[in-house]
Amino acid sequence: MSIEVSNLSFSYGGQPVLEDVSFTAERNELLSIIGPNGVGKTTLFRCILGLLSGYKGEILLDGINIKKLRIEEMAKLIAYIPQIHYPSFNYSVFDMVLMGTSVQVSAISAPGRKERKLVETALKRLGIYHLKDRGYTRISGGERQLVLLARALVQQAKILILDEPTSNLDFGNQVRVLTEIKSLAREGYTVIQATHNPDQTFLFSDTVMAMKDGRVLAWGTPNEIYTADLICNLYGVEVTMESLHHDKARVCIPKSIVEENHARKVCS
Amino acid sequence: MEQCKKNTLIVIGLAIFLMIAIVISFRLGRYPISTKEVLGILLSKIYPIEPFWTDRMEIVMLNIRLPRIILACLVGCCLSAAGAAYQGIFQNPMAAPDILGASAGAAFGAALAILYYGSPFMITVSAFFFSLLTVSLVYLVSKKVKGKSVLGLILAGIIVSSLFSAGTSFIKLVADPTDQLPAITYWLMGSLSGARVSDVKFAIIPMVIGLIPLLLLRWRMNVLTMGDDEAMTMGVDANKVRFIVIVCATLTTASSVSVSGMIGWVGLVIPHLTRKLVGNNYSYLMPATMLFGAIFLLMVDNVSRTLLATEIPLGILTAFIGAPFFIYLITRERETY
Repeated sequence: MSIEVSNLSFSYGGQPVLEDVSFTAERNELLSIIGPNGVGKTTLFRCILGLLSGYKGEILLDGINIKKLRIEEMAKLIAYIPQIHYPSFNYSVFDMVLMGTSVQVSAISAPGRKERKLVETALKRLGIYHLKDRGYTRISGGERQLVLLARALVQQAKILILDEPTSNLDFGNQVRVLTEIKSLAREGYTVIQATHNPDQTFLFSDTVMAMKDGRVLAWGTPNEIYTADLICNLYGVEVTMESLHHDKARVCIPKSIVEENHARKVCS
Repeated sequence: MEQCKKNTLIVIGLAIFLMIAIVISFRLGRYPISTKEVLGILLSKIYPIEPFWTDRMEIVMLNIRLPRIILACLVGCCLSAAGAAYQGIFQNPMAAPDILGASAGAAFGAALAILYYGSPFMITVSAFFFSLLTVSLVYLVSKKVKGKSVLGLILAGIIVSSLFSAGTSFIKLVADPTDQLPAITYWLMGSLSGARVSDVKFAIIPMVIGLIPLLLLRWRMNVLTMGDDEAMTMGVDANKVRFIVIVCATLTTASSVSVSGMIGWVGLVIPHLTRKLVGNNYSYLMPATMLFGAIFLLMVDNVSRTLLATEIPLGILTAFIGAPFFIYLITRERETY
């Protein structure tokens, strides 16, 4: 599945939130959207998911305008993985994931044997099958994120939208979750994630889109666009960019810290 | 799978328990009827049996105890189902059947009918229609509220409820204190003491019409507890499902309150008790809470009609039992699965 967003603008109460946003994402691609808080990433996602409709511009899934799709048709094409949350009622991990199959059964029936099989496969694939009877609110943040990912997989949509999947996770879980996301992209999914960590974005993404004030600041491969200037422009922090392992990784370090250390060395 | 089997057994167990409770309830009362006679009279309705009981027994059982038992079961079932449904679609564990003003409207309707010396049947009908009117009003007001639809509904429910409560208070103020005021007060306390066959006939149709979709849509309610955005992205039209559930839950609540008066706590406490028993999955929660509600209200009604020489209003008893239970619920440890 490909997704094509062209000239998307959205304003909320006369205040522009998105202005002329255009990009595409293809099959097998992991696109990361970076930018400071409140830049319109969530609004962009809500538009793409069909939750907001009063926008200008077009959103096409494999060439079909999403305004022509019904809710059930949308759910079969595009799945949403929200940030880790605390639902009002505790469900077992199995039931939680099973909810993702709802679109495959009629409104008045519950998921059956076939759907339960899908859930088992998804849980095993993500290595969380042993958690199936545990309560969703009783497992760790990283596990919870994987459960939400499993729920999106059983939905069997080929485009995945993830809202900051690694926020609130420890380092190990961040790497684990991102590795899973990356391998899903390799298996034919189209993955779009919002993220906050520039270094990890560089490591895991195929393409990166940088957003500021509701506009696209830069869009391209990490190697092309990931520079000290971009980070400075996005977040307003002066950084130096270090390239590691033959440019397989790039690390940005706040200048204030490096230069202070440098000065201290000179003094002693 | 283990959990599924366990929950299925619990639901079957509750159904059997309800059957037993019904048979026992037929025995209770000032006129003694033995279990054998109860079963005999019941069976004779579907299979011809030579009567070994007196005609008087049959009259007491079928004309006095039967409508009351049916109503107790139905009202308990309906209020619990409506409570569980509202908790799910509003993602709010504190939601109860009167969250959208169904009870406040019914109270106003009943008080109005009593003020104009309506017959008992008129009181029921008036309560029912004012209940529906109130919830429709709440829904219309909420549509005008900008932003989150769930919050809008709950706020509109509070506002319109208080409006109708004020109306009820005004009727009490102008009512004749010798006969009308006690009648209104007694109605508000909730009771099944006047249960007649006509009440059953009036209430059972809207009740069943409401209960069936609540049962059928129970998986969708699970998805709605995740919030509107997530439900929509999973292919569930949150607003459509919520609307259907509100219509059905309102029908069941309005028909219950109109025949029984105000019975608090059942719709809040029974769903929570059932959640402890079978978990939050509505696939099991909905049928289990319906059965549990029926059992609970039947037993409380038995106490209400047999404990003292005079009737104790149901509303009082359910609160006496409900409040301590709720204290237990909020102070005990959280569930650990």
